[in-house]
Amino acid sequence: MATSSPASSPGAAGASRMPFRHRHLLGISQLNQYEIVELLNRAEEMIAVSRQPRKILPTLSGKTQINLFFENSTRTQSSFEIAGKRLGAQVTNMSVRTSSVAKGETLIDTAATLNAMRPDVIIVRHSASGAVELLSQKVGCSVINAGDGAHEHPTQALLDALTIRQHKGELAGLTVAICGDIAHSRVARSNLLLLGAMQARTRVVAPRTLLPSGIDALATEVFTDMREGLKGADVVMMLRLQHERASGKMIPSVREYYRFYGLDEDKLSYAKPDAIVMHPGPMNRGVEIDPAIADGPRSVITEQVEMGVAVRMAVLDTLLADREVAA
Amino acid sequence: MTRPLVITNARIIDPATNRDTPGAVLVENGRIAGLTDGAPQGMPDGAEQLDARGLIVAPGLIDMRVFTGEPGHEYRETLASAAEAAAAGGVTSFVLMPDTTPVIDDGALVDFILRRAQATASVNVLPAAALTRGLKGEEITEYGLLREAGAVALSDGRASIQSAGLLRSAFAYARNYDMPVIHQPAERSLIGDGVMNSGLLATVSGLKGIPVEAETIPLARDLQLAALTDVRYHAAQVSTGAAVEILAAAKRRNGRVSAGVSINNLSLNENDVAPYRTFFKLSPPLRSEDDRRAVIDGLNAGTIDTIHSAHDPQDTEVKRQPFAEASDGAIGLETLLAAALRLVHSGDMPLMTILRAMTSRPAEILGLDSGRLAVGAPADLIVIDPDYPWVVTETSIRSRSRNTAFEGARMQGAVMHSFVAGRPVFSHAATREGAAT
Repeated sequence: MATSSPASSPGAAGASRMPFRHRHLLGISQLNQYEIVELLNRAEEMIAVSRQPRKILPTLSGKTQINLFFENSTRTQSSFEIAGKRLGAQVTNMSVRTSSVAKGETLIDTAATLNAMRPDVIIVRHSASGAVELLSQKVGCSVINAGDGAHEHPTQALLDALTIRQHKGELAGLTVAICGDIAHSRVARSNLLLLGAMQARTRVVAPRTLLPSGIDALATEVFTDMREGLKGADVVMMLRLQHERASGKMIPSVREYYRFYGLDEDKLSYAKPDAIVMHPGPMNRGVEIDPAIADGPRSVITEQVEMGVAVRMAVLDTLLADREVAA
Repeated sequence: MTRPLVITNARIIDPATNRDTPGAVLVENGRIAGLTDGAPQGMPDGAEQLDARGLIVAPGLIDMRVFTGEPGHEYRETLASAAEAAAAGGVTSFVLMPDTTPVIDDGALVDFILRRAQATASVNVLPAAALTRGLKGEEITEYGLLREAGAVALSDGRASIQSAGLLRSAFAYARNYDMPVIHQPAERSLIGDGVMNSGLLATVSGLKGIPVEAETIPLARDLQLAALTDVRYHAAQVSTGAAVEILAAAKRRNGRVSAGVSINNLSLNENDVAPYRTFFKLSPPLRSEDDRRAVIDGLNAGTIDTIHSAHDPQDTEVKRQPFAEASDGAIGLETLLAAALRLVHSGDMPLMTILRAMTSRPAEILGLDSGRLAVGAPADLIVIDPDYPWVVTETSIRSRSRNTAFEGARMQGAVMHSFVAGRPVFSHAATREGAAT
């Protein structure tokens, strides 16, 4: 008798869970409020698995997971790999640089080739917005978006929400300030969508060159002055600045950026005294954040990494184990 | 010698003379030999008769912007396959853009195109030669020799010249031979890596936007240089309301400038792009609904002169890609008229205005004797059923490439017959019989 997942037993909501209606997780935009809560609840149950001595919950044993990363990302890739392994899946990392992709094979060809190996889930990161959705249309298994261009990074937004929930309880009514390179950030977009769906107040804080057109329709408030933007915030979410790319065009220099948009003790003092500080990593210490803040008592940055594994376990389990039960 | 042809019981529409009357057309020796109101005054011996009851007879369409893959990328489109698509769409002449491999920037290559067209294409192919060598925007080409070889216009096709100084030289030298210059206003430094209209939709999709000013700033520059040099300037295509305003102001002072718009920018808007539909990745990009409305108003007011298909065949390999990495362009010859008729049926534009923008206006701009129904003019004619219902399907496409922005679109209005110099080049009935067997 296959139960949906042993993890469902400790949770109150576990017993009569609605089957997840999506085959893929391509973005937060496809989820409604209830599905977000459901995923976060299940992720919360998963935290315990990673904290026990034998970190295994084999709901996905016999399943094949392929991590297909067209962009390098050690931390996200390892997080997905560990999540899959803790659920008992067989995980393969496709190194794009050594594969035929480097020899000019198109994304569609790659999708067809991988599909023929009959995986159960493919985790994809790609530098082009929409590339993961395109690939998902060409395969017979589930696809999880691990970041596509400047579009979405749904598991990052979920892990951020889980981290916030651990510290603040409900998301509704919280004021979350997202600061930095909004224009190029998929993390910002996914977070704005998720926090908006959960009725949090969202603020974006950035110089005008890093604010994309139409952002006022996505965020509750838009600020160009960081102290103003942090006033009364419950959560301060910093973004990585690709300073090699931005220097001279989007910002004049790192030192000017740090002076006006880097998170330091003074600017943080405008946020609520119990505000938490987040960063999706990898951090540029001294560019967008003072190292003392990053390593300080209000930083939850390493906790985000731990929540990342839990969220990815929950997403894998939801997409794969639920489907099996439904089938 | 082909037999004379009489088309009877037709609704004859000739935008050049604002004619819209019932009547008959007599075609002899490839030219229009007679036009009568009501029934014809007798028939020439052995004349073939075509009863066009309930149908419209109009000049064949002249499409000012068509790309093919010949020479260099024949798998995308040849002159012959483009001509077949054109004939089916009621386009009896098209201006061929020089963006081929090699680029049409030399008299011998213009000659090659004309010979190939003569040998293989069923409609009139009017080559536009490159404004600058290799479309690089650096050195002007031999306009005099290109004209002698048969180029009808000068254009850098998809490319846009960035240097105002070079444009000034190109315009002034083109004025020397009074050749029309068709130029796409596009400021590269503002387009950057942009792939769709700038705004909320682009931001939500994580795609880089192209601001309206990437079109208006170079358009204003072009129009000022056109006034300075007195060149016959045609803004290849505009897509924004702001561009229409700039054009209107310029046209009040300078009657030698004109502008075109793609049927795509008239029919579609940025919402059609979502989610990442690369067949809607176009240049200029599909703009906001307000811009689309403003461009329609511009056509109705005469500020915009011509409508073209921007027919641009691209194969699956370059279209089935992540949006930002896919090529621009959509095919459009076969759907040009039907898509334009949708604007008539929706009450946005009068039929006469729509047809004028695809017949007499392009002919005037290019200096052609076609594009009108007049005794002595070439018998490039189309017979249209303005209400014929049909659905655009990938399998029915005649182009070698399938990248249509109108896949699945329900159309009202189709071409029944096309004639080039009195020769039948397309018959709707024949294709339907062919499909049935």
